[in-house]
Amino acid sequence: MKRSGAQIIWECLVKENIKVIFGYPGGANLPIYDAMRGYPQIHHVLPRHEQGGGHMADGYARVSGKVGVAMGTSGPGATNLVTAIATAHMDSIPMVFITAQVTSKLIGYDAFQETDVTGITLPITKHNYLVTDVYDIMPTLREAFYIAKSGRPGPVLVDITKDAQQAFIEDWEYDDTPIHLKGYRPDFTPALASIKEAAALINSAKKPVILAGHGILMGNAMKEFKEFAEKAHAPIAMTLLGMGAISAHHPLNMGMMGMHGESWVNHAIQDADLILAFGMRFDDRVTGNLNNYAKNAKKIHIEIDPSEVNKNVKVDVGLIGNIKEILTQLNPFVEKNDRKEWLKVISDMKGETAVRDIVNLPDNGHLYAAQVVNDIRRLAPKNTVITTDVGQHQMWTAQYFKVEDAHTWVTSGGLGTMGFGLPSAIGAKFASPESEVWTVCGDGGFQMTAAELSTIAQEEIKVNIAIINNGFLGMVRQWQEFFYDKNYASTPMKSPDFVKLAEAHGLKGIRVTKRSEVEAAIKEAQAHPGSVVIDFKVEQEDSVYPMVPAGASLHEMIRRPSSIVETPLDE
Amino acid sequence: MLHTLVILVEDKPGVLNRVASLFRRRTYNIESLTVGHTDIPGVSRMTITVVGNDDHIERLTSYLYKLVNVIQVEDLTKRKMVSRDLALIKISTQNEKRAEIFQMVEVFRAKVIDVTNESLIIEITGSDDKISGFIDVMKPLGIIEMVRTGAIAMERGSDSLINLAESGL
Ligand SMILES: Cc1ncc(C[n+]2csc(CCOP(=O)(O)OP(=O)(O)O)c2C)c(N)n1
Repeated sequence: MKRSGAQIIWECLVKENIKVIFGYPGGANLPIYDAMRGYPQIHHVLPRHEQGGGHMADGYARVSGKVGVAMGTSGPGATNLVTAIATAHMDSIPMVFITAQVTSKLIGYDAFQETDVTGITLPITKHNYLVTDVYDIMPTLREAFYIAKSGRPGPVLVDITKDAQQAFIEDWEYDDTPIHLKGYRPDFTPALASIKEAAALINSAKKPVILAGHGILMGNAMKEFKEFAEKAHAPIAMTLLGMGAISAHHPLNMGMMGMHGESWVNHAIQDADLILAFGMRFDDRVTGNLNNYAKNAKKIHIEIDPSEVNKNVKVDVGLIGNIKEILTQLNPFVEKNDRKEWLKVISDMKGETAVRDIVNLPDNGHLYAAQVVNDIRRLAPKNTVITTDVGQHQMWTAQYFKVEDAHTWVTSGGLGTMGFGLPSAIGAKFASPESEVWTVCGDGGFQMTAAELSTIAQEEIKVNIAIINNGFLGMVRQWQEFFYDKNYASTPMKSPDFVKLAEAHGLKGIRVTKRSEVEAAIKEAQAHPGSVVIDFKVEQEDSVYPMVPAGASLHEMIRRPSSIVETPLDE
Repeated sequence: MLHTLVILVEDKPGVLNRVASLFRRRTYNIESLTVGHTDIPGVSRMTITVVGNDDHIERLTSYLYKLVNVIQVEDLTKRKMVSRDLALIKISTQNEKRAEIFQMVEVFRAKVIDVTNESLIIEITGSDDKISGFIDVMKPLGIIEMVRTGAIAMERGSDSLINLAESGL
């Protein structure tokens, strides 16, 4: 059949079973948009900024487990995607970005809206391509999808010149022969001997701790993981992105580790005699000072990317490959062991700190973000999808929104991208239309991509938007408070009236200033058929505790001053 | 210590950029880099020398393997290998040192490949040490210009380093 390059792009998306894409038109990708009408089975969402479109596709990928697709035109369209690409790259999200490039004979001549997009995105993509010939479009897109989702997933960018989009192939046919790339090896399997070696370490450990990472979710190994954890009966610490790998309410799940991890979790890691790192990469935010990290522990690392093993932390056994397969092999060698003593040590540590928890504080006239998050969790269904922006509210959400189900927790971990929350929630809604979707944003980050409210209105989707409005770039203010003598340089932030902003978009807006109003507002938002923005005016100078200062050892935590939690009721 | 890496890559546009960019991004310093075709269509061979300890080089190797176009990476440093560098040296003959120069060319088994009234071009191949030694000797005699290719290397013995079975070539 006769097909233009632009049509071939759509044909390939159909073959990849893509249901929704997020894109923005312009001069160089006009042929793609012109051809779109022939492919009504793909829903196209128009964001208000390409970055938003990129994060939408990212949120879609994280929740659906499928490849997210975002599109932009040449030049500024492509550069606007850069933050979204880097975000996906740091968090290993399977995505394909399709950008348009100026006509091939103009490349290199600084043509209008020409940018070296493959050059710019080289270090922030898993791989990228420049396509100048219509005959290369299909093979390249097929490779792009294959690379994006195989091995350690990641974003792949395909930059396609306008002339390639416009050229025709007379007798085009889709090729679905298996893809083989000379230099690409996504599949590794560890030797049985290494698996047995790991099992021996596990069986002889007295104080093991499992570090559960994103890899468990990416590898869909939740079932095998739970079986492992229960059999070994080892306590579990979660990375920020690992949440959902096992329910927060599972008795072995201690909670989050790292810079804002629970104190008992960090202490357990520091005291452990065996660290079981599953699909995580020992980021500096979870290890603290490497010289003092889990010094007495042997370490086993299950990881799909060979370059992550022995990168930050030297390990005793590295098992490289697909975590689902590895755990399936490993589990039969693991001996049942109740590890009573070790779990008792941990629960004692936990008991002591939980009573100081701010959500257990009676209403003292102040509204704390943690309480808002805690109430959303209490009132929202178990399978609620929650996305966050970046900052204090993100950490409070990580601590208090006890994530139960896999693929319901969406946050920018590796890059920490402000502006991620709202658009990723839009993408999440497309991935899981039946689920209740919430996003928790700071007043700062929300404003970075607030224009996407307009996308919500146009798409008529329902997302509940909780703005944790503290009048500051809170996380930076916290660092200024702790480490820069309270010099609040450029962190106080004036915001528009978020209720009116919602209304201007035809959405509902609610303002909450007291703890007693929180529950009613959440219920009102849930009951409203359209999207709702809730402006939670919270305590302005609250801080996230505990905190391991950057570069400090993991057990050196700044704790919440007891004066706050002991404030009398009627202060 | 100086490591000599042999990297087989797909012969595609931009691959050199990807490899070089990786060294920059992961803060490794390239000492020398050569690249050329192999006898296998579509496969190029790079020889890169880089300073680092064994851990660094092991990590670098796994980063290189992350590049989709990289087929094989071998560190020849601890194997029996031959490594050769080629230099062209243009030297002035105006200061009556012609005889001395020719003598040194003889001693180092170099070759004179261009002669004018005022200058010579000498070609020399050999190990890095040998070439550096020759350059030291030539310096006082008046080097006008010089260029070196950087090392290329091969393992000794009858086996091929190239293992394409694994990549299905
Ligand atoms: C795009 C971007 N710019 C800057 C930062 C640095 N940064 C990290 S947290 C933060 C403050 C966020 O403030 P806000 O959105 O109000 O959330 P809060 O911390 O108050 O919850 C900033 C500026 C970032 N992570 N991303």
